[in-house]
Amino acid sequence: MLKVILSRLFQSILVMFVLYTITFFLVKALPGNPLQGDKAMPPHIMAKREAYYGFDQSPLEQYTRQLSKFLQGDPGFSFRLEGRPVAEIIGQAFPVSLQLGVIAMTIAVSIGIPAGCIAAARKNGLLDTLSMSIAMIGICLPSFVTGPILAEWLGRALKLAPAYGWDPAKPATWFLPALTLGLAYAAYLSRLTRAGMLETLSQDFVRTARAKGVPGWRILVRHCLRGGLIPAVAYIGPAFAGIVSGSLVIESVFQIPGLGRHFIKSIETRDTPVILGVTMLYGALVITANFLTDLAGIWLNPRLRKAA
Amino acid sequence: MIRRALSLLCLLLCLAGCQRETQVEKANRDKILIVGNSTDPKSLDPHLVTGVIESNIIRALLEGLVADDPKTDNAYPPGAATSWEHNPEFTEWTFHLRHDGQWSDGTPLTAHDFVFAYHRLLHPDLAGPYAEMLYFLKNAEAFNRGEITDFDQVGAKAIDDHTLHISLKEPVPFLPDITRHYTWFPIPRHVVLRFSKNGNTISDRFTPWSDAGNLVGNGPFILKEWRFNDKIETAKNPRYWNAANVKLNGVRFVPVENFYTETRGFLAGQLHATYQLPPPLVDKLKAEHPEFVRQEPYIATDFIRINTTRPVLDQPKVRMALSKAIDRKLLCDHILQGNTPCGTITPDMGDYQPDHIVSYDPQGAKDLLAEAGFPDGKGFPRFKILMSSSGSRGTVEALQAMWKQTLGVMIDVQPMDWGSYISSQQKLDFDISLAAWTGDYLDPSTFLLMWTKDNGNNNTGWHSEEYENLLAEAAHQSNPAQRLALFKQAERLFMEAQPVLPISFRGRNYLLRPEVKNWHPLLLDNHPWGALSLEP
Repeated sequence: MLKVILSRLFQSILVMFVLYTITFFLVKALPGNPLQGDKAMPPHIMAKREAYYGFDQSPLEQYTRQLSKFLQGDPGFSFRLEGRPVAEIIGQAFPVSLQLGVIAMTIAVSIGIPAGCIAAARKNGLLDTLSMSIAMIGICLPSFVTGPILAEWLGRALKLAPAYGWDPAKPATWFLPALTLGLAYAAYLSRLTRAGMLETLSQDFVRTARAKGVPGWRILVRHCLRGGLIPAVAYIGPAFAGIVSGSLVIESVFQIPGLGRHFIKSIETRDTPVILGVTMLYGALVITANFLTDLAGIWLNPRLRKAA
Repeated sequence: MIRRALSLLCLLLCLAGCQRETQVEKANRDKILIVGNSTDPKSLDPHLVTGVIESNIIRALLEGLVADDPKTDNAYPPGAATSWEHNPEFTEWTFHLRHDGQWSDGTPLTAHDFVFAYHRLLHPDLAGPYAEMLYFLKNAEAFNRGEITDFDQVGAKAIDDHTLHISLKEPVPFLPDITRHYTWFPIPRHVVLRFSKNGNTISDRFTPWSDAGNLVGNGPFILKEWRFNDKIETAKNPRYWNAANVKLNGVRFVPVENFYTETRGFLAGQLHATYQLPPPLVDKLKAEHPEFVRQEPYIATDFIRINTTRPVLDQPKVRMALSKAIDRKLLCDHILQGNTPCGTITPDMGDYQPDHIVSYDPQGAKDLLAEAGFPDGKGFPRFKILMSSSGSRGTVEALQAMWKQTLGVMIDVQPMDWGSYISSQQKLDFDISLAAWTGDYLDPSTFLLMWTKDNGNNNTGWHSEEYENLLAEAAHQSNPAQRLALFKQAERLFMEAQPVLPISFRGRNYLLRPEVKNWHPLLLDNHPWGALSLEP
């Protein structure tokens, strides 16, 4: 097991290095000058500013300088929010995205997995058709449609929860954004759970248990759930990394100060330090989530456990 | 699992149901004004920024020599200065600062703080992006370019603690208006230097002096907190000279980039004023909530910029034909609600009312295009219209249709993200583009100087010696009426050449709650925060 962990750690470092390098040079290849504002600056001022940020050096020199700083734990300063440390920007936004992501994922798991189990248990029945139809609608409807609809109906018309703004101390403000974000993931999870459960339910040991007279719910929960959840768990890891690294649509629709808006805005403005900071954070989250998913897979699947 | 999930949902719904008092109701009690401000400012250091977003916040924290009047753009109430005088040529100005002026930390505000601010913004090493706004000062440009190094040669002197003398390179009758721009505001010398390298470097670019907790201002409010993408919170400055008349306890600036979200937030009682009402919602909101909708003129013009270095587009007749084929009224009635159709580039301001040179004339447009060698658009090359991804798609599509129907000319749309859009125009790597310009102060020069040969904002490839001579003559003219007449003549010449096709003078569509008092339409949209009040 230790060997597996060490090997994954080495791979992760390599992946992060490649990710940093590719992102840096892709941003450099984009047209547009990050220091250019709406109004043109006299050339002598632009030249000074470029020198200040090291833009007068070759891309390779800039890369080496930024990478060396990054490795020392300094992701640099934003171009867009001039002089603001990238660490401060991420430090403010990430906890918001994390909180929103955790709540949304809780909603997704709470709805998606039971719905998938029920659908599998009542295969081709009314509950199955109904829940899977709703799930398919959930998958097809993007959050820029569900977000404003929920905000208008539940927020403005029914006044069930605030349709705008985010306050970490006021749970009411979490409700609609977390629900919107969670519902899309719940739809995927329910379909994956159903598929996993159906496969497990078709195994010989289930037939044996049924023959022995074990009650249906007990077969479902005690014998099949662990194996049936493997596809869903494999999905939850990377999905969780994605969900906590910010969602532009949800943040924009509900006015949430999360990471997603920084990510998009930094790309629009060629704000290389912020792009790199957020990309590396996202990369680290995906790698960690995948690793934890693999560990969970090993725990859930005896064959993998034996191999490890 | 299911039970737990349902319990959590019920709990959330109950908690949600408890949300009764809106933010606006609470803010009314606390006397906090909540305004939408589109996006985060680039910085709160007035020497590092160029935009309107930043100006809105900086004007709450710092105050210039002359203050803004809540009712009109053309009044000049005293700010940090109580009075001022000038020579008959408008080139030498003396401002007398109030003796009770102080920074929010209690340090007296002196004329030296103004001179320090101008020195810092003009310092070549700072590379302030909007140093040009100080080029009105004698020798300012030479100092900024590093051609002279002695700041004593620049036309800003502190005669004593309370007297500031300004020498200008040419007559500027509208200087009091210019001093209301944040580039002319003082900055706290003692704080800026304290946070700089070695404690004494004037040109240190990134110091935390303008961070919350550090920023010391002389405006009606002080900076309390800045959370990115969330809010900028200010509180009343008890040391402001006119604090007794400031009725608000604070102003909260909220950066809402999605104007639909902002509108929903406003209607849900989360904001007192929005930054912008999306044009498609104007009619709906006017019908449902006429008490909230405000449509006011603004100092900005929408236009089509033409790359006059491209073949065919280099012909004035072709440009005029394209311009005459634009039905501006139709655009303003259906797409750019709140805007006013225009046939020139500078909006009316004070005594300056330029002639509208071009208007919708489909037959005239056809005739001109035929004269240029393209009857009914035959043989006219297919061009692309560049637009930023945040530009008005409806406007561009309407223009496509108008040019096709009237002239038989086909135009493709070329949307780009903001960075590429700006970059393409500066490199003259475009055919025509949808553009706009916002004035900085109430003088036609803010719209006309940019069309000179070397101006970085021109981006049309067009220039005219005659035009530049007229502008130069106006710059040296100390008689205000004659000066404006020269500008009018220059603008006519520019519009007859049509390197840009004017579309509309922009209006501001936004929502405002009726409890916000003393908020009046202003062309510059610089509402003095300290003069506003909340009366539910």
